[in-house]
Amino acid sequence: MKIALIGNQNCGKTTLFNQLTGSNQHVGNFPGVTIESKVGYIYKDKKLELVDLPGIYSLSPYSKEEVITRDFLIEENPDVILNIIDATNLERNLYLTLQLQETGIPLVVALNMMDELEKSHLSLNLAHLKEFLKVPIIPISALKKEGLKELVDQVKSVQKKLPICYYYDNSKLSSFIAESKNLIATDNKESKINDLFIITQVLEGNLDIADKYGISQDTIDKLNKLKSKIEQSYNLDCEAVVVDYRYQLIEKIINSCLKRETFETEEQRRSRKIDRFFTNRYLAFPILFLILGLVFYLSFGVIGNTLSTIFEQMIASFISFIDVTFFYDVNMILRSLIIDGVLNGIGSVLIFIPTILVLFLFLSLLEDSGYMARIAFIVDKPMRFFGLSGKSFVPLLLGFGCSVPAVMATRTFNSDRERRMTIFLVPFMSCSAKLPIYAVLTAAFFGNKAPFVMMFLYGLGIVVALMFSLIVKVLFKSVPPPFVLELPSYRFPSLKSTGMLMKERCKDFLKKAFSIIFLATIVVWFLQSFDLRLNYVTDSSVSLMAMMAKSISPFFQPLGFNQWEIISALITGLIAKETVLSTLQILLGSIDTIHQLLGPLEVMSLLVFILLYMPCVAAFAAIKRELHSTFDAILHMLLQTSIAWLCSFLFYVIGGLLI
Amino acid sequence: MTIADLKPHQSGIIVRLCGSGYIRHRLLELGFTPKTKVTLQKVAPFGDPLELSIRGYEISILKKDAKLVIIEAIKDENRFNR
Repeated sequence: MKIALIGNQNCGKTTLFNQLTGSNQHVGNFPGVTIESKVGYIYKDKKLELVDLPGIYSLSPYSKEEVITRDFLIEENPDVILNIIDATNLERNLYLTLQLQETGIPLVVALNMMDELEKSHLSLNLAHLKEFLKVPIIPISALKKEGLKELVDQVKSVQKKLPICYYYDNSKLSSFIAESKNLIATDNKESKINDLFIITQVLEGNLDIADKYGISQDTIDKLNKLKSKIEQSYNLDCEAVVVDYRYQLIEKIINSCLKRETFETEEQRRSRKIDRFFTNRYLAFPILFLILGLVFYLSFGVIGNTLSTIFEQMIASFISFIDVTFFYDVNMILRSLIIDGVLNGIGSVLIFIPTILVLFLFLSLLEDSGYMARIAFIVDKPMRFFGLSGKSFVPLLLGFGCSVPAVMATRTFNSDRERRMTIFLVPFMSCSAKLPIYAVLTAAFFGNKAPFVMMFLYGLGIVVALMFSLIVKVLFKSVPPPFVLELPSYRFPSLKSTGMLMKERCKDFLKKAFSIIFLATIVVWFLQSFDLRLNYVTDSSVSLMAMMAKSISPFFQPLGFNQWEIISALITGLIAKETVLSTLQILLGSIDTIHQLLGPLEVMSLLVFILLYMPCVAAFAAIKRELHSTFDAILHMLLQTSIAWLCSFLFYVIGGLLI
Repeated sequence: MTIADLKPHQSGIIVRLCGSGYIRHRLLELGFTPKTKVTLQKVAPFGDPLELSIRGYEISILKKDAKLVIIEAIKDENRFNR
């Protein structure tokens, strides 16, 4: 049984999904639907496959998420739609419910946040609501796990076809639609989708559905005739007629089911109080910088650093333990592979797990609490100056964690131009994988000034991104993107969801460490331990790696660094940025040796290059997927590397003049 | 007048929506339909976007889009009415 989980943004959809499927989820790929959706089995029952679709407001195909959800319903033929709605925001949530009902796919409504109703001074007559909607409605609290069993039972026992509902009232629109009822039926017979849905989609001007559905031009012409008839009769465009019709129904439902004792809910009142500071004219930005500063200070400084140091010692003693116990008097090549190649390489990357986890923890807390939306709200105007919008801010911020989720976060955008621009700029935000490189190199060269150098690098990434966007805006005179943003009430993030996210990130990172980086360390070790004739060499400067790196070294000459060890590290960094460090570790034996190769200015130039040059393969894959074009993705990489080269060059030349 | 002419905490009743295409459709679907009450909650620090409350929830839109929504101001503010 395929169950589609659909709901508005911020209505507890992800929480419900996590509660129902537990750790039992994977990323599903659906042919025809170009997106990865999370799929899980409800209570480990393989017969109940739950698909988590993106949060949306309606089924009109205006954003990528809406297209995905609508096409999933059309193409994947789910058996049931599980529609989660927020009881404290019934009016708008019901809009989607009505549209879902039009599809004719059996529907079960999970009425979430029932426990919040009373606190919000709302009282709901559930019996009336059920009578109006004529679908099963189960009150639940996803957060407190209330009503979930009843919900699952209801989903299991749902009937095959929904009784067609509300369009058969006495309104003018209904009688018009009834007229066209038989138009579509002749065109397609197999589908589960109700004709009513196709008709309303066409009436709302979403003609792309006709293609997807193979509807004949003749039928469309007839529908268009109907459309102009309706428009004449209402003296209003058809879009507005259909939407208004749904909202009139909702108002009718709300008036008879919902009693409000006060104008605003408890949550909203609380949020308004908090927002008096957080979006205050004078305080908003100081608070923003304070919060972001604190997040970065805690994750990279206090917590992350302390944990990483402890972790580092543990790893170091583990490696030496292995070395002493197992490799005393063993084949030299084997020892070199295991200890110098694999263990040291992976170890140098693993150290940073704590830092990365702490950063992700904070970013997800900001997101779940509702503050991320406020950030988008207050920074929108300044971002517009650079040709972006407040929405770009969130992916760019996530970019400091990892480019992959950041690039994926652009899916909510409805402006393609802004989406592409944001995807291009994300890699300039220094991702957490680059942090180890900065940390080690700046510590080696700048001592106690290292934190300032790191701050400079982070700042430089931002400046380069904004400048690029500004230049493009001025050159192409682009129109500012539209902007519609919901400001959800502040909420305490659910520990379970945050915990699961942490676990997922940790798993991702470990997987990466033990697959890509593991492989990379072996390849690097091989390339630097053998020469062309595959002889084991003790002097790695005659190795395969050295030959490769030396062949492209003239390219790096103007930047102040052309040593093959460093270029090799940059190449392996494409696999994963952490690898830059592990490669240096392997090739130099010890990072301190780097003092013999570079001076402070050269290191700065190198750091600038590392900051800006093309992202790792994982990010490349994500970018390629989001752009739907390998060519565009490669273009992004080339442009980014050119910008990196240029900045690094300017830095080296100007720095050289100043010193 | 339009939503953009409201002052913070002032409300109006929507008369009709101008404009076309994406933004108009989106506004309609978010509940900006005729006869609906809309309140300007606050303005972002730099004067744009605006935060509105409509149909019991909060949404923020750009000033230029707010100018598409023709409203009638409510003279006697009664916060407990829809």
